[in-house]
Amino acid sequence: MPRGETERRYRSYLITGFFILAIWYLLARILDSIALPTPLAVFFAFIAGLAEGSLISHLAISALRVFYGLALASSLAVPIGLVSHEEGVDKFVAPFVYLLYPIPHIVLLPLIILLFGIGDLSKIILIAIIVFFQILVTTRDASRNLSINYVYSMLSLSASKRDIYKHVIFPACVPKILTAMRISVGTSIAVLFFVESFATRKGLGYLIMDSWSRANYPDLYATIVAMALLGFGLYIVIEKIEKRVCRWVYI
Amino acid sequence: MIKAKDITKRYPDGTEALRDVNFEIRSGESCSVIGPSGCGKTTLLLILTGIMKPTEGKAVIAGQDVTSPSKEVALVFQNYGLFPWKTVYENASLGLELRGFNRKERREIVTSLLRELGLKGFENRYPKQLSSGMQQRVAFARALALNPKILLMDEPLSSLDALTRESLQNFLLRLWKEKRMTMLLVTHSIEEAVFLGRRIIVLSSRPGTVIMAIDNAEMGDLNYRTKEVFFDKCREVRRSVDTGAI
Repeated sequence: MPRGETERRYRSYLITGFFILAIWYLLARILDSIALPTPLAVFFAFIAGLAEGSLISHLAISALRVFYGLALASSLAVPIGLVSHEEGVDKFVAPFVYLLYPIPHIVLLPLIILLFGIGDLSKIILIAIIVFFQILVTTRDASRNLSINYVYSMLSLSASKRDIYKHVIFPACVPKILTAMRISVGTSIAVLFFVESFATRKGLGYLIMDSWSRANYPDLYATIVAMALLGFGLYIVIEKIEKRVCRWVYI
Repeated sequence: MIKAKDITKRYPDGTEALRDVNFEIRSGESCSVIGPSGCGKTTLLLILTGIMKPTEGKAVIAGQDVTSPSKEVALVFQNYGLFPWKTVYENASLGLELRGFNRKERREIVTSLLRELGLKGFENRYPKQLSSGMQQRVAFARALALNPKILLMDEPLSSLDALTRESLQNFLLRLWKEKRMTMLLVTHSIEEAVFLGRRIIVLSSRPGTVIMAIDNAEMGDLNYRTKEVFFDKCREVRRSVDTGAI
């Protein structure tokens, strides 16, 4: 990307950020309620939380849960989605996807707690299950819709099946996979809040519920900001990977 | 060298793409296959390369029945032949890589071939960054890197503008005269078929079958396009194409 364009993009991020803060500030003044403190009050609470160290340790735990959830989900969904390119495999995969994808997987929580306990594992698994389907559906669609001519082109070079996956199916699907992961970040943060709102004393979700029960609104919003930054950070990381790995898409 | 024996292809959905296709191309001969769109030309090439199996009949290359892609044969596609996620160099060297040539051998072969094709300096570009004429030259580079005895082409020039197209036709003619490989060119341009085919096979509309094989001994010269006999030949081909289309 040319330098000027990057600068323009950063500037528009900055302007949008200020705009959101301005609306927040106005809303806080109009509502005039302790349930919506001004951005400045939240900023101080955020800094205090950072200085004290507790916000950082909760943030780190949440970040790890999301990271493991995403990693677990994609390590299963990507290979399954890719091999769905084979008619024989898709015959088995497609019915599962169609029947299980539309279920709100979050309701599986009792079952997951029964199977995996109430520790970190069940939290990670619930995030993974939900994100798994998002990545699987996208990867499968990408590998199924690949033009057959690419495969013919490989076959004419007497390529093996492994060659075809390595040189065609995987690289062709990578942009879609990374986009799916980028979208999944938002979902996984939402699920994170849900799984951290009970049976734990660690993580940003817990901190939100805790500050809420103490009616400490500046802390509450400071934690929400931390959660937003976590999502934003992951999103940016994946976007950077996408720009680097899929250079051919962006030229 | 290449022989199509009673090739019939019916797809599982019942459409018959080819019916009793018979022809023979001698070693070192250049042959054009022309016919209306949807006459099963691509299917024919996929059968000749061994990518697809005919329902009946068989393809024979160098005395052997074709059952799987052969090392002697290279195929050039109209579109999608190049992989957009690979650079020019990676695309051109892919065939060599798949056949186990090491890095150094690949570099030697591909670098000189790209220079020959006027693609020097574009090695690290992606196909999207090239003009369509250059993209098609990269596709030729990939096929030629394998030093094939037989070159099969599926409408390789049909998405190009007229001038680029003519210059690549000249390139193909020079290539054929230089390397004397057996070439089979599928096209839907009558002029192209006449310019490049020592023999011109005319297929009917679906299911494709050979209507006529026209001899074209006068070809082989870059000036052929401007000669009276060229236009006569084009008219002859046009007449038989028209009979097939009805």
